[in-house]
Amino acid sequence: MQVDRREFFKILSAGAVTMSSISTVQARSVTALPAEAEGVLYDATLCIGCKSCEVACKRNNSMPMDHDSYEKALGVDGVWDAPKDLNAKTLNKIKVYRNGNATTRNQETDGFSFVRRACMHCAEPDCASACPTTAFTKDAKTGIVAWDKDRCCGCRYCQIACPYNIPKFEYDKAIPLVHKCEMCSHLQAEGGIPGCAEFCPTGATIHGKLTDILEEAKRRIAVQEGEEYPYQVASLKGTYRRTSDKDGSFIQDEAQDNTYIQRRPVAKYIDYIYGEVESGGAQYLILSAVPFEKLGLPRRGFKSAAVRSENISHTLYKGMIAPIALLGGLVFAAHRSSKSLHDGEEVGDE
Amino acid sequence: MSETYAPIGGKLWTKPFSILFILGVVGLALMGYRFLFGLGAVTNLNDGYPWGLWIVYDILVATGLACGGYAMAILVYAFNKGKYHPLIRPALLASVFGYTLAASAIVIDTGRYWNLINIFLPATSNIGSSWMVEVAISISSYILVLWIELSPVMLEKWNKTKLRRTVHRSMFVVVAFGMLFPTLHQSSLGGLMIVAGEKLSPLWQTDWLPALFLLSAICMGFAVVVFEAIFSATVLKRPYEQKMLSNLAWTIPFILGAYLALRWITLIMAGGLSAFAFDAKGIMFIIENLLFIYPMIILLSKSNRAQLTQLFYASISILLAGAVYRFNAFLVGFDPGGGYVYFPAVAEIMITVGIISMELVAYLYFVKRFPVLPVLKDA
Repeated sequence: MQVDRREFFKILSAGAVTMSSISTVQARSVTALPAEAEGVLYDATLCIGCKSCEVACKRNNSMPMDHDSYEKALGVDGVWDAPKDLNAKTLNKIKVYRNGNATTRNQETDGFSFVRRACMHCAEPDCASACPTTAFTKDAKTGIVAWDKDRCCGCRYCQIACPYNIPKFEYDKAIPLVHKCEMCSHLQAEGGIPGCAEFCPTGATIHGKLTDILEEAKRRIAVQEGEEYPYQVASLKGTYRRTSDKDGSFIQDEAQDNTYIQRRPVAKYIDYIYGEVESGGAQYLILSAVPFEKLGLPRRGFKSAAVRSENISHTLYKGMIAPIALLGGLVFAAHRSSKSLHDGEEVGDE
Repeated sequence: MSETYAPIGGKLWTKPFSILFILGVVGLALMGYRFLFGLGAVTNLNDGYPWGLWIVYDILVATGLACGGYAMAILVYAFNKGKYHPLIRPALLASVFGYTLAASAIVIDTGRYWNLINIFLPATSNIGSSWMVEVAISISSYILVLWIELSPVMLEKWNKTKLRRTVHRSMFVVVAFGMLFPTLHQSSLGGLMIVAGEKLSPLWQTDWLPALFLLSAICMGFAVVVFEAIFSATVLKRPYEQKMLSNLAWTIPFILGAYLALRWITLIMAGGLSAFAFDAKGIMFIIENLLFIYPMIILLSKSNRAQLTQLFYASISILLAGAVYRFNAFLVGFDPGGGYVYFPAVAEIMITVGIISMELVAYLYFVKRFPVLPVLKDA
C-alpha cells in the first residue's frame, strides 16, 4: 500500500506540474481587431431616451414586438413596445439609471442617465470561444460577430460565457433561435449604416470605422465641460445609403452626403472609454458622465476570459502530447495488471 | 484471482421497481412535452441562467457519481491492485447507465439538438478553443468504451465464448482508454466555467477548475463504490464485503486531502476568500467544504474504517460534497447580473427524477438477469 500511495501521488504531482506550466507556456494574447473594423459609439450624455434606435432596430432586423397584447385588446398595432431588457425579440435596448429625485441629467446623485445595450462585438468574443460548433464567427474584415443557425446546437454555452449577457435564446420555441445584434451587417454590406445610428436624432449613437470613433471619443473627453462641440449625427463616414422609413426596405440609390452636425455644450465626461480595453476590447464604445458600473455594465477593465480559458486548454492539449503520453502509460499499466490478474486463466473477465 | 459472477435472480416487478418505472414513464412524457413546446414550457431556464438542474445534476453530478468504474480501474489496473477486482463489474454497470443517461440528457437540454453533430465534424468543430468539444468527444468515446468493458457480462450470459475471448485479449487497451477519457472529460467539465469569468464568484472561479473537478470526481468514484457495495448488500440481502471496503477506504482520505489542499491553496493565492460573505453563496461554500473535510477525518481512523456505518456515512458525505461542489461552481456561485434568478421548475425536476429512475430500473434489471455481482465464497 505504501508504494502504491507514493506512486499515486507521483501521478498527481505530474498532473500538477503539467497544469502549473500554464503560466510558463507562451500564452496567447488578445487578437488584434481588423484594421477596417466597423464601430459604433454610444454617448450616454447625449441620449434623450426616445428609443428611436429600438424602433429602427426592430424594423431593420424584422424583429417582432415584445408583446402583442395591445394589438389583441385594442386593435392598435404595436409601435408601443417596452421590454425591460434585451431579449430574444429585442437586440437593442435603452435603459435608464435613476438616483434620488432623478432631476439632473448626467449626474450620479439625484440624477439620471440612459444607457443603450447591444452586442459589444468583442475583439475576443467569449461566445465564439465557448461555442462548440463555431456558430459564432467574427468577420475578418468588419469584425462583426455573427451567429449561424445552421451550426448552432442550442447548448447556450454562449450565454454562460458572454460577460454582457448579449446572446438571447428562444426558450418558448420548439425550434429555437439565438438572437443578438449583428450591427446591421446586411445593410452595411450595401453601403448603409446600423439602424440605431441612422435613426438616432441626437447623435448619441453614431457609426464609423472603429479607429475613427475611438478618435472621436477621445476628442469629446478632451473638451472642457460646458464648451460647445460639433456633434456629428448618424455616421462619421458622412456618405452612406439611407434606409427607407416607409416600408423598411432599402433604397438602392447612390450614396449621398448625409453629414449633419449639431452644436451643443459638452457634459462632464468620465475620462474613460468603456469598451476600449474591456474583455480585450470591443467595437461598441460607450461614453458617459455617470459611472459605468451604475449603468449596469461589468467592471471597468476586466480581462478576456476567453483568452484565459483557451490558454489553459491549449496548454493541456498542446500537440496532444500530454493525453498521448498518459494513454501510453495507462496501456502499459493495464497490460501488466491484466497479466497478473488473470495469471493462468484461459478466459477471464474484462 | 479467479472470480465467478452470477445473476442474483428473483422477482423483477417488485414494488420499488414498479414505482421507479412509473416515475421513468412520467419523465418520458414530460420530455415529449419539452420537444413539442420548447425548453421554457418545462423549465425555469432563462437568458441569465441558461444552464440549470439538468446540466448540473444530469451531467456534472451524474457523471461524477458514475466515476466508480473509473476509480476502480485506476486502482486495479494503474496500481495493480487485483484484489479489488470483484468491485469492478457492479461499478462498471453503474457507470454505463450513468454516462449513457447523461448523454441522453444533453439531447433534451440542447435547443437545436439536430445540430449536435457539428461538434464532431472537422468543418464546424471548435476544437482547441471550446472545452465543450473536448467534453463531448471524450464523453461519447467513454460511453463506447464502457459498453465494450461491460460486454463480457452480456457475452457470458449469451454464451458467445469465442467473441468473448477476442474481447478479452484486447481488453487492456480498452481499459487504458477507459482510464484516459474520464481523466480528460472530468477535468474539461471544470474547464467549462473558466470562460464565465467574473460571472462566477471568486470562491469558485480559478484556472485550476479542471484539476479540482478531476480530483473531486475521483473522490466521488471511490465513495460511490463503497456506498454502492454497502447499499446493494443491504437492499439485495447479500453479505458485506467489509474487509475489502475497509482497505479501499484507506486511499480516500489522501485523495480528499489532495483535493482540499489544491482547493485552498488556489483560493488563498488568488485572494478568492475576500469574496466570502455570510450569504447564500458563503453558506453553501461552508457546507461544501465541511462535506469534504468530515469524511477525510473519519476515514483516517482505522477503527472507523472497520465499521460499516462509518464507511457508509463517510461515502455519503463525499458524494454530497462532490455534488454540492458541482452545484456551487455552476449555479450557486454563478451570477449573471441583471436581476436574473433561477430555481428549477416542477416539470424540470420531474424529468431529472425520471432519468434517475430509468437508470435504477436498468441497473436492477441488469443485476437480476445478468452475471454482474460476484458470487461470494462466504455467501
